[in-house]
Amino acid sequence: MLRDITLGQYYQTDSILHRMDCRVKLVATLVYIISLFLVDNIWGFAVAAVFLAVCIRLSKVPFSFMVKGMKSIAFLMLFAVVFNLFLTPGKPVVAFWKLRITDAGIRMAVQMAVRLTLLIIGSSLMTLTTTPNHLTDGMESLLKPLKKLKVPVHEVAMMTSIALRFIPILMEETDKIMKAQIARGADFESGNLIQKARAMVPLLVPLFIAAFRRANDLAMAMEARCYRGGEGRTKMKPLVYRRNDYIAYGVLAFYLAAVLAVGRFMPI
Amino acid sequence: MNIIETAHVSYDYIRHDEEGNVEGCTRAVSDVSLSVRQGEFIAILGHNGSGKSTLAKHINALLLPTEGTVFVDGKDTGQEENIWEVRQSAGMVFQNPDNQIIGQVVEEDVGFGPENMGIPTKEIWERVEESLRAVGMYAYRKHSPNKLSGGQKQRVSIAGVLAMHPKCIVLDEPTAMLDPNGRKDVIRAARALNDVEKVTVILITHYMEEVIYADRVFVMDGGKVAMQGSPREVFSQVDRLKQLRLDVPQVTLLAHELQKSGLPLPDGILTVDELTEELGKCL
Repeated sequence: MLRDITLGQYYQTDSILHRMDCRVKLVATLVYIISLFLVDNIWGFAVAAVFLAVCIRLSKVPFSFMVKGMKSIAFLMLFAVVFNLFLTPGKPVVAFWKLRITDAGIRMAVQMAVRLTLLIIGSSLMTLTTTPNHLTDGMESLLKPLKKLKVPVHEVAMMTSIALRFIPILMEETDKIMKAQIARGADFESGNLIQKARAMVPLLVPLFIAAFRRANDLAMAMEARCYRGGEGRTKMKPLVYRRNDYIAYGVLAFYLAAVLAVGRFMPI
Repeated sequence: MNIIETAHVSYDYIRHDEEGNVEGCTRAVSDVSLSVRQGEFIAILGHNGSGKSTLAKHINALLLPTEGTVFVDGKDTGQEENIWEVRQSAGMVFQNPDNQIIGQVVEEDVGFGPENMGIPTKEIWERVEESLRAVGMYAYRKHSPNKLSGGQKQRVSIAGVLAMHPKCIVLDEPTAMLDPNGRKDVIRAARALNDVEKVTVILITHYMEEVIYADRVFVMDGGKVAMQGSPREVFSQVDRLKQLRLDVPQVTLLAHELQKSGLPLPDGILTVDELTEELGKCL
């Protein structure tokens, strides 16, 4: 059924990582990604890989779910590896026709592959253990300082969560309109790309009209329930750091120190 | 004390042509004066375009009258500074159940109103629990609204309004998009609010069966109040109702037809039980 789709790729289970405050997870992911770009030797990557492996173990999410995320970016990865392999200047190892593979190129390519793999798995670990709702909450809370610079943090978070709520509803609507148009002889399947794109018009126009109508209704319903922006609003589920979250920050700091010490300063 | 007091309220919708120029205006509500006492169950009836929904939006200050005044709980909705107090004391439930649920979890949606009012976290939880229990949806508090039926969604919407502790709830055709079972559940929830929580309920509908429990009924036509009185008084005038393009409940219609063909039945029979009893007397 269409309405059963899960958003993002949240994996429902109960683990330390699932219960952890979403702000910790957001910060940790950011720190982890930065650390991957600061490291440039094999020991550093080893530390990063071990850290990630421990986290995956703690999350109780099957490893196969992480690999699923990798498939979608396989092409991008191939691209990065090939370019690094052939275009990095250095001492040629293999050369044929106009292409040369250099020793520095091989090193760069391998590094890039490892870096991207760890990066993708690391960030999908976050989306697998955090609901989209919590993610927007965490973002709002972490970006709060930007409010002083007149960035509409609350509004953006509210829009994101409303968008998330309406995706399944609009998908159902699309399905309904599609069936209605097919019943009247519309053809969405055959023809070349341009014909297919043109066939989408009778689907998109009613969908947009319906979406605007819904938006209008929703705005009215929100106003009727006294919504007037983020000012003076309280939270039903405020974010509170617990003991485990402080420990997690400690572990994160320790990881950063370790990976920098090993990855930057140890010789290869 | 009167919770709602409208005096000579009129409202014009301004029509625009495709370039946005004013083409003219349509009077949706014209010269309506009515008052509702605290704790009453009021029904407003009318066919499509009779102005009943427009009138309802005035009670929540979503629309402001072009002429006349609306007082909710002693406050003039026309005054800018009263608007949030008015919206808090008169909650509103709309027709489409999907387009008024904001939260992604039932309990979060019910908490949305109290959050906006700046209620402390602990009290929000108490209010959410109490409101969900009042409409019989407490068991679904962790569910996603997308997986509920229409009637359940409407009950969640009612709970969302109830959590703001309003004195009055306006239900704007809450059952128009529901199946018969969902309709029954929603009406039962609305009646329970009125009986148990003593909230003033204003039910706007075009289903006659939902109206028989009301204390007073207003029938609207062409923006004006065409009839008013107790359900019995209103339904005894079957011919007048037909003129206003409204269906009377089947039992009432049957009694009316029997009466016309010569049976000595009283006017305004509303339920099957009443009719059988009266028929028993005839035999």
